Amino acid sequence: MIRFLIRRIILGLITLWVIITLVFILYYARPGVDPARELAGRAVTPALLANINKEYGFNLPVIVQYWNYLKRLVPIPGQFNLGISNNNRLPVTTIIAQAVPIDISLAVGSAVIWMVLGISVGVLAARRPRSLWDRGATAFVLTGVSMPTFILGLLLLYVFYYLLTIHGIAIFPKPGSYTSFTTNPLEWAHDLILPWITLALITAATYSRLTRSSLLETLGEDYIRTARAKGLSERRVVFRHALRSSLTPIVTQFGIDLATVLGGAIITESIFGLPGLGLAVVQAIEVQNLPVVIGIVLVASFFVVAANIVVDALYAVLDPRVRVS
Amino acid sequence: MSLSTVEATAGGVPTEEPAVKGIEGRTPLQLVVARLRTDKVAIISVVVILLIVALAIAAPLIAGITGHGPTDTNVDNGTDANGQPLPPGSAGYLLGTDNLGRDILVRIAYGARVSLLVGVLATAIATVVGVVVGLFAGYYGGWLDSILARIMDVVLSFPYVLFAIVLVSVFGSSLPLTILVIAFFSFAAIGRIVRGQALSQREKEYVEAAHSLGAGNLRIMFVDILPNLVAPVIVLATLLIPTAIIFEATLSFLGLGIALPTPSWGNMLSDAQGVGFQAWWFYIFPMIFLLLTTLAFNLLGDAVRDALDPRTERIFAGRRKQKPA
Repeated sequence: MIRFLIRRIILGLITLWVIITLVFILYYARPGVDPARELAGRAVTPALLANINKEYGFNLPVIVQYWNYLKRLVPIPGQFNLGISNNNRLPVTTIIAQAVPIDISLAVGSAVIWMVLGISVGVLAARRPRSLWDRGATAFVLTGVSMPTFILGLLLLYVFYYLLTIHGIAIFPKPGSYTSFTTNPLEWAHDLILPWITLALITAATYSRLTRSSLLETLGEDYIRTARAKGLSERRVVFRHALRSSLTPIVTQFGIDLATVLGGAIITESIFGLPGLGLAVVQAIEVQNLPVVIGIVLVASFFVVAANIVVDALYAVLDPRVRVS
Repeated sequence: MSLSTVEATAGGVPTEEPAVKGIEGRTPLQLVVARLRTDKVAIISVVVILLIVALAIAAPLIAGITGHGPTDTNVDNGTDANGQPLPPGSAGYLLGTDNLGRDILVRIAYGARVSLLVGVLATAIATVVGVVVGLFAGYYGGWLDSILARIMDVVLSFPYVLFAIVLVSVFGSSLPLTILVIAFFSFAAIGRIVRGQALSQREKEYVEAAHSLGAGNLRIMFVDILPNLVAPVIVLATLLIPTAIIFEATLSFLGLGIALPTPSWGNMLSDAQGVGFQAWWFYIFPMIFLLLTTLAFNLLGDAVRDALDPRTERIFAGRRKQKPA
C-alpha cells in the first residue's frame, strides 16, 4: 500500500514537472519570441528592454532561466514565488489566495447538489429499468450531456434573473454579486445558488449514468440475490448492499470533477461574474498577463494531480485488487 | 433519404468480411442498417443532422436570397429608426437582427458551417491519432504502453478548457488551431478504448496465426486487429462530434475560438451576452441550433452503438432490451 502510494506520488510529481516545463517553453522559450518585448508594451525603448531583461533575467541563457523558474516553484516558505502580476504589481500568490475561496464555495455547493441529484436519479433509474422513471432519467442524462455549460448558465440567468426582475420579482442577485461565507452565510448561498445549479446540472448527468450502470450490474450479483432471499427489504438491499459497492467509479469521477472546479470553473465564473480562478485566468489571458496565467495553470494542475493521487489511494482502500497491480 | 445517410454513418464497418452464412446471408453492414432503420430515434436524429448540414451548405444561398452577407451590418434597414435591433419576423429578417444590424438567420447558417467543420474534422483527427496511439500501446505493451497510457490518462484528467485557452492565447485564435486543440484533447478518449481492446485482441489465436504466416507487426495491427475494433471506434467517434462542437462553441464564447466577425454559434452567444437580455432572439436561436445539433449527434451515437452491438445497455432510451443478468 505504501509502495503503491509512493509510486503514485512520484508519477504525479513527474506529471507536474512536465506541465511546468511545457508552460515554460510555451511562454518563455518559444523560438522567435522575445518575452521582454511582449512585456514592454507599445512604447518600446532599448533602455526599457534592458531594464526588463535585467529585472526578469531574460538575457540569461535559457537553461539558467529554466533553473531559476523551477527553483522558485519549490514549495519551501521564503523561496516559493509565482512572480508578480504585470497589471497591478500584486504577487500572483495573493491574487490566487483571493480567488480560491470563491472556487471552494462554488465547488462545495455544487458538489452537494450534483452528488445528491446525480446519484438519486441513477438509483431511481436502476431500480426500475425501462420504467417511466428510467426514461425520465435518460432524458435528464441526455440533456446534461448535450448542454454546453454557457447555454445553461445564460438560460438560468435569463429566466431567473432577467425575466423575474423585469416583472418586479427580483429574488435572484444580478451577475457579479458575491458575498463571502464569513460575512453572511445566507447571502453567500443566495448569491451562489444559480452558479451552483448551473455547474451541478451539467455534472450530475455523468453521475446518474455511472450510478445507473454500476448499480444495475451490482444488482445482478449473487450476494444481492442472497440478501433478497434473506427477506431484507428492497430499500435495505439497494442502499445498504448494492449502492455501497457501486460507488467506486463515482468516487473516481468525483475526485477529478471537484479538482477541476477548484482549479477554476471558467465558464460559470465568466457568465456569473464570480471573481474566482477561472475568471481571473480569462481576464489575465485577455491582457497577456503571463505571471497570473502561469500561476493559475500551475495551481489548477496541482489540484488535479493531487486529486488523482487521493482518488487512487481511496480506490486502493475500497478495492484491494488495485493494490497489487 | 435516411437510408443513404445511415449507410454513410456506418460506412467504416468492415465489409470485406465474408457475409454471415446464415439463413439470409446478410453482411454486418446490412444488419446494422436494418437495425437503424427500425429505430425511430436514429431516423429522427439523422433527419435533424441532415437539415443542419443542408443549412450549412445552403448558407451562401440564404445570404443570396436575403441579400445580407454574414458580416453585413445592413446600415440602411438592419435596425429600426432608433438604431435598435429588429425582432424576428421583421421585413426581410426571418430571425431578426443583432445589435449591429446583422441578419441572425444568415449568421446562424454560416455558424453551422463552422460547427460541423470543427466537429467532424477534429473528431476525424482525434480518431486517427487515437487509433494509432491506442493500437501501438495495446499491441506492443511494455514501456511504450506505460508511457502512452500515462500520457492519455493525463490528457483525459486535465481541465481541458483551461489548457485550450492557454494554447490559444499563445498561438492566437484561428480555425485550424481550434480544430487541432480540440483534436488533441479528444484523442485520448478513443486511444484508451482502442488500447484496451488491442490488449485483449493480441492474445487471440488469429494473431498467433498471422504471426506464424509471417505477417509483420504493422500488418497485424492495422489489417488483422483494427477491423475488430471498428464498432467501438465508430460509436465513440459519433459521440465525440457533439463534444467537439460544444468545445468549439465554448472557446468561441470565451472569445478564444473563431475570431469575430466570422460567425460561430458560440461567438454569437458571446455577442448576445455583451448586449444584454432585452433582445431574446440574440440568444434563443443560436442556442436552439446548438442544442439540436448536439442532441441529434448524441442520440445517433447511442443508436449506432445499439445497432452495432445489441447486447450493450442503451444509455438513451428508445427500444429496450431485457434486464442484464
